[in-house]
Formats: sequence, C-alpha cells, structure tokens
Amino acid sequence: MSDSQAVVPTSSHDDIHSPALRHHFATEEQQRDSSSLGMWIFLATEVMFFGGLFCAYLIYRHWYFGDFGAASKSINALLGGVNTAVLICSSLTVVLAIWAAQTARRGIMLAMLALTMLFGLTFLGIKGVEYKDKFEEHHVPGATFSFEKVPIPSHPDQYANPQHAQIFFALYFIMTGLHALHMVVGLGIFSWLFWAAWKGRFTPDYHTPLEIGGLYWHFVDIVWIYLFPLLYLIDRHP
Amino acid sequence: MATATVPQVEREDYLNKEYGIASWLLTTDHKRIALLYLISITFFFFIGGFFALLIRLELLTPGGDLVQADTYNKLFTMHGQVMVFFFLIPSIPAVLGNFLIPLMVGAKDLAFPRINLLSWYLYIIAGIMMMHCMLTGGVDTGWTFYTPFSTAFSNTKVIEAGLAIFVSGFSSILTGLNFVVTIHRMRAPGLTWSRLPLFVWAHYATSIIQILGTPVIAITLVLVVAERALHLGIFDPKLGGDPLLFQHLFWFYSHPAVYIMILPSMGVVTEIIPCFSRKRVFGYMFVALSSIAIAVFGFLVWAHHMFVAGISVYAALVFSILSYAVAVPSAVKVFNWTATLYKGSIHYDAPMLYAFGFVGLFTMGGLTGLFLAALGIDVHVTDTYFVIAHFHYIMVGGALMGYLGGMHYWWPKISGKLYPEGWARLAALIVFIGFNLTFFPQFVLGYLGMPRRYYQYPPEYQVLNVLSTAGATVLAVGYLLPMIYFLWSMRYGKPAPDNPWRAAGLEWTVQSPPTTFNFPEQPVVTWEAYNYDEIDRGYQEEAQVVR
Amino acid sequence: MHDHSKSSPLKTYFIVWGALLLGTFLTYEAALIDLGPFNPVVALAIATTKALLVALFFMHLKNASERLLKLVVASTLFFLMILLFLTMTDYISRPWTLTS
Repeated sequence: MSDSQAVVPTSSHDDIHSPALRHHFATEEQQRDSSSLGMWIFLATEVMFFGGLFCAYLIYRHWYFGDFGAASKSINALLGGVNTAVLICSSLTVVLAIWAAQTARRGIMLAMLALTMLFGLTFLGIKGVEYKDKFEEHHVPGATFSFEKVPIPSHPDQYANPQHAQIFFALYFIMTGLHALHMVVGLGIFSWLFWAAWKGRFTPDYHTPLEIGGLYWHFVDIVWIYLFPLLYLIDRHP
Repeated sequence: MATATVPQVEREDYLNKEYGIASWLLTTDHKRIALLYLISITFFFFIGGFFALLIRLELLTPGGDLVQADTYNKLFTMHGQVMVFFFLIPSIPAVLGNFLIPLMVGAKDLAFPRINLLSWYLYIIAGIMMMHCMLTGGVDTGWTFYTPFSTAFSNTKVIEAGLAIFVSGFSSILTGLNFVVTIHRMRAPGLTWSRLPLFVWAHYATSIIQILGTPVIAITLVLVVAERALHLGIFDPKLGGDPLLFQHLFWFYSHPAVYIMILPSMGVVTEIIPCFSRKRVFGYMFVALSSIAIAVFGFLVWAHHMFVAGISVYAALVFSILSYAVAVPSAVKVFNWTATLYKGSIHYDAPMLYAFGFVGLFTMGGLTGLFLAALGIDVHVTDTYFVIAHFHYIMVGGALMGYLGGMHYWWPKISGKLYPEGWARLAALIVFIGFNLTFFPQFVLGYLGMPRRYYQYPPEYQVLNVLSTAGATVLAVGYLLPMIYFLWSMRYGKPAPDNPWRAAGLEWTVQSPPTTFNFPEQPVVTWEAYNYDEIDRGYQEEAQVVR
Repeated sequence: MHDHSKSSPLKTYFIVWGALLLGTFLTYEAALIDLGPFNPVVALAIATTKALLVALFFMHLKNASERLLKLVVASTLFFLMILLFLTMTDYISRPWTLTS
C-alpha cells in the first residue's frame, strides 16, 4: 500500500501551522488525509445502512411487481424528477463553494453555500408536498391506509393487492424519510459551514470541513439518484 | 521473569496527570477512555452473568419451578443481548484496542479522540436505555428478535430494546472507523504493514466488520421498530411480508458480529504466545492475512443460521459450502500458533495459561461449527444445546479467555502495578475447569435432543444439567478472582517495570503506566515484529556486562 | 500524497452537471417506453453512471492519488452486492411464495 511509510514528523512547535492543527497529528496533511478517510468510511457505513432497505425493496419488488407498479404509478414522478434535478444542482454548488475556497473567492464561496442550502430546502419542500398528497390519498401505511381498486399497470384488468401496496408505501416512506432526515442533518452541517466561512475560517490552505461536508452532501445526492428510478418509475410505460 | 529497576519517584502518567470526575468524563485520552469502557463493560458482564446464573439455577431441575415460562424467555433474551452487545462486542476493542493501538503504532492518540469519547457516551446511553428496558419488564423474543413474534405478538419492550441496541451499534461503528483511520494514517515512520503487531491486524479486520456490518442491523432494528409501532407488514406473513427477510437482514450482521467478538481475542493470543515462547510468530503474513480473510468470508455465510427456517435448499447448499470455507483461515491461525510454540522456551505465566486455554477451547468450538455447517447434522442439532455449547466454547472459551489473558498481559502497562501471579494462575485453572464443566455436558445434551430456550426438560437430562450448573458456579468463582486481585493490585501491587515480560512491541518501550501523550519522542521503527531472538540476545549481553 | 489544493477545473464540473441533468431526463423518458425486461436495466445503468460521475468528479475520487479511497468504495459496493445478491439466491430458488 502506498501509505506504508507513515508521515515523517516535523518538530511540532517550530513550524508555522494552521491553528486548526490538532496536537496528536504530526502535520496538517496527516490531519487532512485522516479526516477525508474518516468521512469516506462513514459514508461506507451509510451505504450499508441504506443497503438493508434496498434489499427489502428488491425482495418485495421481485415478489409483488404488479402491486409495486400500481403503487409506484400513484406517486408523482414529475415532482420526483424535479427533486432529482434540484439535488444535482445542489451538488454543483457544493463543488463550486469548495473551488471558491481554494481560489480565495469569499463572496462566491458564501453564495454557493447559501444556494446549496436553498436547494436543500427546496428539496424538502417538494418532499413535503408529496407526503401531503400521499396523506390525502390515504396511502400512508397504518390504520387509515386504503388502496382499493387500483389497476395493475401491466394487467389493467387486475386490481393491486392493497396489503402488498402497503409494503411498497412502507418502504417508500421509510426510504425517502430516512433520506430526508439525512438532508436535514446536511442542512445543519452546511449552516455551520456557512457560519464558519462567514467567520473567515476557510483559506486556500485549509478548508477541510468544506470538503468533508461536501462528501456527505454528495452521498445524500447519490442515494436519491437511486431512489428516484426505483421508487417512482417501476412500471410507467403505457 | 526479570525485574528491571523499579522507579522510586512518582512520575507523571496518564492516571495521575489530572484528578477529578470532569477530567475523566471529558477526557480525550484514549487510555482513560479505555478505562471508562473497562468499568462499564465489567458492569454489564455482571448483569449478563446474573441472568446466566438464574438460567442455570432454573435448569437444575427438570420442572419449571424457579421462574415462569415467560420470565425464563426474558432471562435468556437479556442474557444474550447484554452479553453480545454490551460485553463481548466492545470488550477487547474498546478496552485493549483503545488503550494499545496508538501505543502499538507509535502515535500520541487515535485519529479522532473526541469521536472516541463520543463512542463511549453512545455506549453509556445505550446501556442506560437497555437497563431501563430490563428494569421495566424486559424483552422475551430471544436476542435474535425473530419476526413476526417480535413485531406483532410479543407483549414486552421490544421497541426500547431495539433502540438501545441501535444506539450501541453506532458506538461500535465509530470505534471501528477510528481504528481503521489510525492504522492507515498514524503509524510511526518505519512501521510498515508487515512490521505491525498482529494484534493491530486483528483489530483492523474487526473494524472492517464493524463498519460494514453494523449498519445493516441498525436499519433492521429500525424496520422492526417501525413495523411494531405502525403495523406495517414488512415481516408479517398475514400482510404479505416475509419473516425470513428479517432473518436474512439480521444474520447478515449477526454472523460477522461473532467474528467481531473472536478476532480481537485471536489478536491477543497472537501477542501472548510469541512472548511466552520467546519466538517470532510462525508465518506472520499468513496470520495477518487470515484475519482479513475471516472478516471477508464472515460476510458470506450468514444463512447457515437459517438452514431449517425455510430458505431454499439450493441457497442452503451455497451457504453450507461457504461456511466450510470460513473455517480455513481460523485453522491457519491455530496451526501458526502451534508452530510458534514448537521448540519455543515456554513460560507458564497467567497470560500464557489463558492463551493455551483459548487455543484448545476455540479449536473445539470451531470444529463443532463445522458439524453445524453440514446440513444433515444441522437438521438434527439446530436449536438444541449443541449450538449453545458450540458458540459458548468460542465466545467464552475463546473470546473471554483471550480477553482475560490480555488483561493480565497488559495489566502492568495499564495500571503500573503487578498482579499476584500465584492467584492469577489459580484463577486461570479454575476458569478452565469451570468452563469445561459448564459447557461440555451441553454438547451431549444437544446431541441427545434437549432444545434450547426451554425452561423445563425431560428428567433424563437432569444429570447433565446439574453438572453444567455446577460448572457455572466454579466458573463464576474463576471470574471473580481476577476482579478482586486486579483491584487489590491497584493499591497494594508491586510497581511494574516498563517491560515486565521482556516483550516486543512499542507499548513496552514506554513507562508503566504511560504518560498522556505516550511517547516522549516520535519513535522510528527499524526492526521487524516479534524480534524475540534479538531481545533475548540483548538481555543476555546485558547480563554478561553486569557480571 | 494527494495534493488537495489542486481540483477539477470548473469546466469539468459544469460538464458533469449537464450530464447528470441529461441522465435524469433520459431516465424519466426511458421509463415511459416499453423495453420489456430492460426497463429496470436501463434505469439502473443510468443511475449508476450518474452516481459514478458524482463520485469520481464531484467527490474527487478520480484524482485521489492513492488507491485507498477507491478500495474503500469498491469493498463497500462489493459487500452491498453480497447482501443483495446472496439474499436473492434464496428468493429466486424457492419453488414457493407466500401465497402459492
């Protein structure tokens, strides 16, 4: 492995280093590389966390394709698609914010961070509209759930099994809900990043928190990139 | 063994650097956090042990006369949950791993000291939730939480227990994350991967499992809680769900979890055996890579817990073959330990006695795992005491003995005091005898057909059950002894030299106990691991000079 | 080691952004066409391409100088595939379902 040689230490008090350097690290580079590796590993845990849900989804879509198709058709794919675009734009503003930090463009950095959060809030707002629709249509699993006489897309003469559709909606709410929760956490993280950027904490030499926060945000985007086709577009063709 | 010159003046170390409860509860020193964990997991060991005692008391007689059936269900459930999630999984990594890994790699601390403290707090929060759950009624689903009983039928506190374990899972994940980053990024100059102590390799492999496996049980528990609270139907056959999906998701983590429990112990044994044989480890790379292989293969075998649950026979075949494969790297380790001992200069101090116990008992436990991996045998002995004996041989005869061996081996470094060797050897012997008396009869019981999780049994099983309970009592004595003399040694023990065992490893080059930042200067490593021949030559030359 | 002050130039970012939006549009449109068993294949292929673009360019995985991060990603995906596919081996080889 290329990191077989650990970092060559410098005497820790003679050189000038960023005030952000923590004492147990020998160099800023070691600290930065550690933070980056730490966040990537955390994202690995998140992949497995969502992975369990994808596994459940896979099994039941295999078993109940028709019912899942009917249920999927009843959620708003246009809103889902718009949300996908919103998140993609937010990922762009994240990398632009980091670029701005790297090139000492404070104004652009702050603007991009603010835009990122705006896109995030837009995403959550559209999600809220979707959830409201589902609530009104009685598609929220539980005592009030109802999915009677909904035709299966590929076999319009048959009706979807409401119990199987309820499983779809359970997975829909849990998967998108968990995703939305991660978005909320992301907004919290970016609020802190905005405040820190405002305070002038980030320079071309040190903007590790932006990079780490960015990694998290992109991951949340990637999860949605998969959720969109899998939940919204199961069986949409005429 | 040797006694080097003993320090007379009280030097500053990590224990006396600061006093006061805030200096402990807000510490970021990995060594103090290790001690915080030591106290907490010992507490939970008592709780889990208490449940075990009640189980064994009930099983003294064939009838269900000590507790009611529902209570008995709660006893074995909570014994399992506490022992697995609150004792075994954290034990070696959170105590010995936290304490030793920065020292072993030549660093001042782990990569993320504050996350290390957060890990402990998450563990404590989870522990409080679990204690509250147990004190207000407990859970009766078995530690395995099988659906639909746990989601639709049980009247006990499933949600609370599930959430407690969910939180404890994040403690485990953060520990693993910290270790991996530390091992990659914080090694001293010259400390290449092939010079690392095998204890570190073992914890690296353990951390991979913690990172990749634990999130799956976390999401599974979320689903169980959601299903129970909202009557969803994901695992309920009446509503179109599949109970086996729960089992797949549960065991995807819980099988690798058993490797979380055993790999660190193997790492401990791999440190002890070369030291007390005065020999390098035979086949260093084989041992190192076998740890990684166990971690990887461990993820491929989970459905061997489901052979009779209703999976397809073709899937069962696949998982059976894979389960045979996972035994290979474990066997590699046993061969390497044996070869390390061969023609070594064996010393029978307490750590070595525990290591011997480990090798023998782990081998028995591991081999009986192969019996269980064979579909034909498994149909007969699954859900009997044979399975219970199998995993207790590995968890108690293996993991726990390794933990005790490690605690004895590194106690001088951790506390700066020597434990009383005579008592320690006696305790090791008592543990070994008590353990075998407790669990060997259970192999026979299982083979004869006694089911697990039953509070009453046919009278013909009583003799073996009585033997087992007698053994448990002996075992309890064996466990109490070290707790007593370790505590005793903190006040009255002889001060420990820096390297009482003349062991190899960076942790033995610093004072006992270490200072807060471990090394006065950054060490630079120019020697191979386990260089016992050089170390002993060095001591001989020193002795010549003195003469 | 990886020099973090060097990053993908702006042009790359905007091209990737455009590709991601295009991919989203294509996913939506492709779902409206009957491709038989290939609908999910196409959807997942586009999604995976988009995910790779985000990971490689936005998350800077492509120009990470050491292989470690790529190894982390690859191993995670490997174990995720194990979870999904080994579980599926049970479900696709059962000659029964809940209702039959």
